[in-house]
Amino acid sequence: MPRVVRRERLVPNIHLLEVEAPEIARKCLPGQFVIVMPDAHGERIPLTIADWDRERGTVTSVFMAVGTTTRKLALLKAGDTVPIFAGPLGRPSEIGSVGTVLCAGGCFGIAAIHPLARAFKAAGNRVVILVDVKADYLLYWRDKLEAIADEFVVSSRDGLYGGTDFVPRHVRDILAREKVDRIVAVGCTYLMSSIAEATRPSGVRTMVCLNPIMVDGTGMCGACRVTVDGQTKFACVDGPDFDGHLVDWAELYARRKSYFDDEVRSLCAWEEERFP
Amino acid sequence: MSDQDTISPSLAAQVLAEFEKDWRKELRRSMPVKERMKGGRRPMPQRAPGERNKDFAEVNLGLGAEEAVAEARRCLDCAKPGCIAGCPVRIDIPSFVKLVEKGEFAAAAAKVREANSLPAVCGRVCPQESQCEEKCALRKATGVAVGIGNLERFVSDYERREGGAVVSDLPPSTGRKVAVVGAGPSGMTVAGELARAGHRVTIFEALHDAGGVLVYGIPEFRLPKSILVAEISYLRRLGVEFRMNFIVGKTATIDDLRADGYEVFFIGSGAGLPNFMKVPGENLVGVYSANEYLTRVNLMRAYDFPRYDTPVFPGRRAAVIGGGNVAIDSVRTAKRLGAERALIIYRRSRVEMPARVEEVHHAEEEGIEFHFLTVPTRYIGDEHGRVKAMECLRMELGEPDASGRRRPVPVPGSEFTAEVDLVVVAIGQSPNPLIPQTTPGLKVGKWGTIDVDWETMATSLPGVYAGGDIARGGATVILAMGDARTAAAAMDRRLKQGSAG
Ligand SMILES: Cc1cc2nc3c(=O)[nH]c(=O)nc-3n(C[C@H](O)[C@H](O)[C@H](O)COP(=O)(O)OP(=O)(O)OC[C@H]3O[C@@H](n4cnc5c(N)ncnc54)[C@H](O)[C@@H]3O)c2cc1C
Ligand SMILES: Cc1cc2nc3c(=O)[nH]c(=O)nc-3n(C[C@H](O)[C@H](O)[C@H](O)COP(=O)(O)OP(=O)(O)OC[C@H]3O[C@@H](n4cnc5c(N)ncnc54)[C@H](O)[C@@H]3O)c2cc1C
Ligand code: FES
Repeated sequence: MPRVVRRERLVPNIHLLEVEAPEIARKCLPGQFVIVMPDAHGERIPLTIADWDRERGTVTSVFMAVGTTTRKLALLKAGDTVPIFAGPLGRPSEIGSVGTVLCAGGCFGIAAIHPLARAFKAAGNRVVILVDVKADYLLYWRDKLEAIADEFVVSSRDGLYGGTDFVPRHVRDILAREKVDRIVAVGCTYLMSSIAEATRPSGVRTMVCLNPIMVDGTGMCGACRVTVDGQTKFACVDGPDFDGHLVDWAELYARRKSYFDDEVRSLCAWEEERFP
Repeated sequence: MSDQDTISPSLAAQVLAEFEKDWRKELRRSMPVKERMKGGRRPMPQRAPGERNKDFAEVNLGLGAEEAVAEARRCLDCAKPGCIAGCPVRIDIPSFVKLVEKGEFAAAAAKVREANSLPAVCGRVCPQESQCEEKCALRKATGVAVGIGNLERFVSDYERREGGAVVSDLPPSTGRKVAVVGAGPSGMTVAGELARAGHRVTIFEALHDAGGVLVYGIPEFRLPKSILVAEISYLRRLGVEFRMNFIVGKTATIDDLRADGYEVFFIGSGAGLPNFMKVPGENLVGVYSANEYLTRVNLMRAYDFPRYDTPVFPGRRAAVIGGGNVAIDSVRTAKRLGAERALIIYRRSRVEMPARVEEVHHAEEEGIEFHFLTVPTRYIGDEHGRVKAMECLRMELGEPDASGRRRPVPVPGSEFTAEVDLVVVAIGQSPNPLIPQTTPGLKVGKWGTIDVDWETMATSLPGVYAGGDIARGGATVILAMGDARTAAAAMDRRLKQGSAG
């Protein structure tokens, strides 16, 4: 079974997981994900590949502890094993030499944006990185990202009241200030949909990394259906990257909430069992 | 493997030689044909419908030894048995049935195993009524065939209880590396055959449990997981290596594996891509593909939530669209998860239903409602995007279509709305395109199936073979297994001829 090399808390609620997975490390490309299951009773969940080391044969993901599965992952220690760590899944992101690329990320997306920014930079683009954090102390991987970025912008919500228009406002400011040729956004659904709305008037191609609920991650079940440009797509094999201006966001929001009550029940049951 | 109704001359000669053995003659003499024809089939003992439709334990309990012997006596031991030609893998049915009559259950199991590597599975899930049992002389004479499927199940269960199939002496290892993609019935069969021929076989499987549809699709109440566990442990004893959570085409391609020293390949990746009808509202919350619904329940064990972490929506009013085994499995699952009403919505009529007759019968006993000649045209959601109703249209049967079945045509103005909170779409699966997409030069047909030469199951790529649902589209366990045996023989020949790659 795949062995955990490192699991550490980066900032409150956000953890890094590095796992020995030589085949995945050899093959993975920016924008791909793995399916992880924390233990034999666990659920299969997708996590974006945030970094890899082809020589050591390890793959790194960064995740936010939100429910049972991610809470279980947050308790792993180096040397533990996980029953499933499968991938690399999904189509790699389209990387090209397009000019100026704005890479925007929030919560786990701050890490997930890293391989994209790195690849866009390597492809000769000017790369602006915009990260969204609720408070300054929730920022991580600043060094890694600053080392890549031509410009690094932090959007923090400290000391601001009312409205939730933080990231989109920064996006609009950047678009007003300079010509941007491509935008990529990774993070929670809200972050991605609001950025897509912010860039819609300008028509700049805005790629988002969709995060519907998944089961197998290989195109076998259709749990991950999303509607893009009026057509049903399976995010795990047709995506996860799609043109944000064509995504049916309302449907995605609804489908992500499919199991809301069950998720709470599952977490309560697990907490009661583990912390009686 | 051929689908024709005749058996090869060499097999016919073998069957005749068995038929003429002294013990067979004696057994035939021991009871007159008239006596054998008396009385009907020994019924399969099963759990009461009102009890079994609330849990996932197996419905059929299996024949006892006495019942099995009594059932075997019904077989007339025909000189020219039709049943063998009805079996896609040509089990020597009279020989195994007569061994049962003689009380030699282990020998009977071994006889079945000569042609069928998953007898405990096939004894439970084969559509016997349209295969061996349909050709049975007793059926023609009395209307009720010998319970061949029930006997196959009996001997294989006997074998498993006695410690499982014996691993006879293996030939010395040839050291030749064989890669099998997919641990479904076809992949497991190829692996078993080639391991027994002394080759080094590795099965690469995308999911975390082996069995393919047998583990993620067909529910526990029809095919207990313990049977698969036994088959898998048999393969391990033969030296087969399992690489789970390995998605060929993603984790490594066929070309990567070739570079790693694998010489011949079998692709048994199944037909895993769920079809939808593309009617409005199909992406509402509460509308599932059968694959997702069954995978959550069977593979991820959502029936035991929250002890297991994966949830599934327990519908109160469940509608399952389709009329095949997949649909029947889904609707019976919904009932077991607590649905007050569980409906089958099928666009043709009862006689056209492709599901096994026994399952349809069981479903009716369990309180499933069947709505024939009906199709959904639209799903209606509530303010949270969750399905709350479906709009349907009635059909009537028109002219026969390409499949020979009468084509359903809509009855104008027959729309009606039904309240539902769970919908499972079970209208078929297509081959998953992952491997064709990542294997340059691999030819596929119109429906995405991999093209093969049916004599050898060879694909357009040298050293690469395919079979089962990936080559046929949705088929059956026994056909997948038959393909696998054909492929294994050709792969073994190729390895022995020494022409690698
Ligand atoms: C392609 C892809 C890549 C992803 N990459 C990352 C990543 O790198 N880091 C990370 O932290 N998260 C990532 N996610 C989201 C992550 O999979 C979910 O947070 C995780 O499944 C939650 O599981 P849980 O049991 O801890 O929480 P649950 O109790 O299942 O759910 C808690 C919350 O998470 C949401 N959720 C549940 N299941 C999923 C799911 N499969 N996908 C998305 N949201 C879900 C629910 O709506 C709920 O609000 C990704 C999702 C996708 C589809
Ligand atoms: C719910 C249901 C009920 C059924 N009931 C019956 C029945 O009663 N009787 C009957 O005869 N038939 C039945 N069938 C059909 C029967 O199960 C199939 O015909 C049979 O399983 C096909 O076998 P296979 O080996 O070709 O593929 P599968 O059983 O589909 O196995 C394919 C395997 O390959 C794996 N795989 C796919 N892609 C990859 C990849 N890229 N890399 C690695 N692994 C991969 C899959 O995960 C899977 O484990 C049923 C099917 C379903 C879905
Ligand atoms: S997660 Fe099952 S098809 Fe995408």
